[in-house]
Amino acid sequence: MEGGGSYGSDLDNLKATELRLGLPGTDEPKKLPSMLPRSSKWAILEATKRSSSEIKSVEKDQKPAAKAQIVGWPPIRSYRKNSYQAMKMEAETTGMYVKVSMDGAPYLRKIDLKVYKGYKELREALEDMFKCFSLGEISRMDESNVYEYAITYEDKDGDWMLVGDVPWEMFLSSCKRMRIMKGSEAKGLGSIP
Amino acid sequence: MTYFPEEVVEHIFDFLATHRDRNTVSTVCKTWYRVERLSRRSVFVGNCYAVHPERVVARFPGLRSLTVKGKPHFADFNLIPHDWGGFSLPWIETAARGCPGLEELRLKRMVVSDESLELLARSFPNFKVLVLISCEGFSTDGLAAIATYCRVLRELDLQENEVEDRGPQWLSCFPDSCTSLVSLNFACLKGEVNAGSLERLVARCPNLRTLRLSRAVSIDTLSKILARAPHLVDLGTGSFTIDHRAEAYHKVMNNFIKCKSLRSLSGFWDAAPRCLPAVYPICGNLTGLNLSYAPAIQCADLIKLIHRCSKLQRLWILDCIGDKGLAVVANTCKELQELRVFPSDFYGGGIAAVTEEGLVAVSSGCPKLSSLLYFCNQMTNAALITVAKNCPHFTRFRLCILDPKKPDPVTNQPLDEGFGAIVQSCKDLRRLSLSGLLTDRVFLYIGMYAERLEMLSIAFAGDSDKGMVYVLNGCKNLRKLEIRDSPFGDAALLEDVGKYETMRSLWMSSCDVTLGGCKTLAAKMPGLNVEVINERDESDEMEESPSDLGRVEKMYVYRTVAGPRNDAPDFVWTL
Repeated sequence: MEGGGSYGSDLDNLKATELRLGLPGTDEPKKLPSMLPRSSKWAILEATKRSSSEIKSVEKDQKPAAKAQIVGWPPIRSYRKNSYQAMKMEAETTGMYVKVSMDGAPYLRKIDLKVYKGYKELREALEDMFKCFSLGEISRMDESNVYEYAITYEDKDGDWMLVGDVPWEMFLSSCKRMRIMKGSEAKGLGSIP
Repeated sequence: MTYFPEEVVEHIFDFLATHRDRNTVSTVCKTWYRVERLSRRSVFVGNCYAVHPERVVARFPGLRSLTVKGKPHFADFNLIPHDWGGFSLPWIETAARGCPGLEELRLKRMVVSDESLELLARSFPNFKVLVLISCEGFSTDGLAAIATYCRVLRELDLQENEVEDRGPQWLSCFPDSCTSLVSLNFACLKGEVNAGSLERLVARCPNLRTLRLSRAVSIDTLSKILARAPHLVDLGTGSFTIDHRAEAYHKVMNNFIKCKSLRSLSGFWDAAPRCLPAVYPICGNLTGLNLSYAPAIQCADLIKLIHRCSKLQRLWILDCIGDKGLAVVANTCKELQELRVFPSDFYGGGIAAVTEEGLVAVSSGCPKLSSLLYFCNQMTNAALITVAKNCPHFTRFRLCILDPKKPDPVTNQPLDEGFGAIVQSCKDLRRLSLSGLLTDRVFLYIGMYAERLEMLSIAFAGDSDKGMVYVLNGCKNLRKLEIRDSPFGDAALLEDVGKYETMRSLWMSSCDVTLGGCKTLAAKMPGLNVEVINERDESDEMEESPSDLGRVEKMYVYRTVAGPRNDAPDFVWTL
């Protein structure tokens, strides 16, 4: 009963990978009939359940997806489990990093568009980010009331568009990279909202 | 002592700190019973179905503080069907009729409706403290009622509840005249928050010491709040994500520096590593730190933070801290009493985040460690024996090896000896959760040594009925026993039926107990409710009445003076 010896032996591994109805780790073929009918959720879960020691003995580097999920295991409060799962899903869809170049700056920057709530915040962030290059303020206008710089972006089709025309969400989904263009090139693009 | 006037007896009873002591003195004689019940201000009901609310209220008319717990612990892990029970309304209704002086209500794992919250808010003019832990069934509308009608509210503490979001207006329902708040915790709310209302509320409550913000609260708002409430002791930071604007970051850091009283931090829902240095200035004062909801912060940044927290007593963290990070904890946090390490990847088999090494390190560096919750990929007997030697003061020891029934990876042995060492060394152990590969032997040890044990959680363990019997025979102070997926059957269940009347409850699921065994238990012990829980798929055909030989999936047994409950759903049979 103090079974040290049998664990890990080859014969057991073979037996262990046998698919059976029943709780993990039970050896007896004789089982008391379950009260629940066969089609119950629990019986189905049991049928697909395998003890993890059986999985482990098959392949050391088998992907985690092979491990069966047991109801209520690991014992973590549903609130916490749900929070983690929500965060994981968000993390997978988060992090929209795009390159930003500015005419005259020696190198490019990268920003995470998801961090900003809208165009105003984005412009402020870009201002902040590029002011170290002393190239002038992005938001400044010259005498003829035209912006010195224009913030543009390359969309999915490869076209260079003026930032601010479309709703923010649409911009997020179509922006591939950004370029802060000097006024001379940007002339004629009009004022940015 | 019957020669003393009753006021003197009552005064003496005031010195009894625990419920247990007060319960005991009430049984001495009729006079003491009467004096005790009339002067009793605080009552704890560990199982809402153990007694009728009417009886509690009738016995203790001067009741000011009531604590009630509902569903069994395994409800946290989805093992109890959603509408099993645990309704708070009968308690609130009865209290509203019988003790209008109620000031404090604490509920755990209960179903709380908006209707009951509104009744609560309107029925008790002196209501001060509401604590809801792991409850469900209510929305922000219920909170609005509390905010509106509880004029002298001091504490609103919502911990890990599932709350339906019906909008941010509840926070604005606190009237301008509400200045009494000391503690406000709405971290578990998922919806939008009205920042302006929140800031104004904080500004007019000078006694506010605990404030735990939800994820929707931005760091800008946090910054303003810190500026208004520098006396905060316990802070949940809200979202805590900073964008690239440097001044916002420095503002927050400056405001943190002003909070000289801050001792506990939590939240950090969206914190990225670059945001953490903002709290460095106050780390040296922290006694409590909860980073268990901040998955974006990895080991290196955790280490940088923890290095500064030399006074830490309570640490909740994710396993991405790794064994290396735990070694830093061991070197830095010499005052550590409570450690909880949660898994960031549930289904295991991935990167071995923490192992036995981390635990051994903490045990050797933190001799005051008394409370542990540790999720890990593996554990060895040698490690547990070392931990037991290093930390004999454990009162709570919960170890969860993510792989059920995993043996000691070095020796391939079960973990009986390791856990045996824990129970032998830790004489004050009150709560124990087992995992890994375990035979009946571990239960022999538990029965022999765990004299003070009150709560035991067993999963995928044991070989035969003997295991359970060792525990029932040995643990004199056992109050709660919960077992899942273990080969214990009727023989163990019926070995000592009287034992269950000395306990609060017994839970057994996916074991070998049969319907016949449950019926026998119920017949022998009328003072117990024996509940058999059968879930059904809708697709099931009508089935013949189940045989006594059939295995019972879920059984919940508890002592009660209230008889079988009248609010049980169809799938719960009280035998």
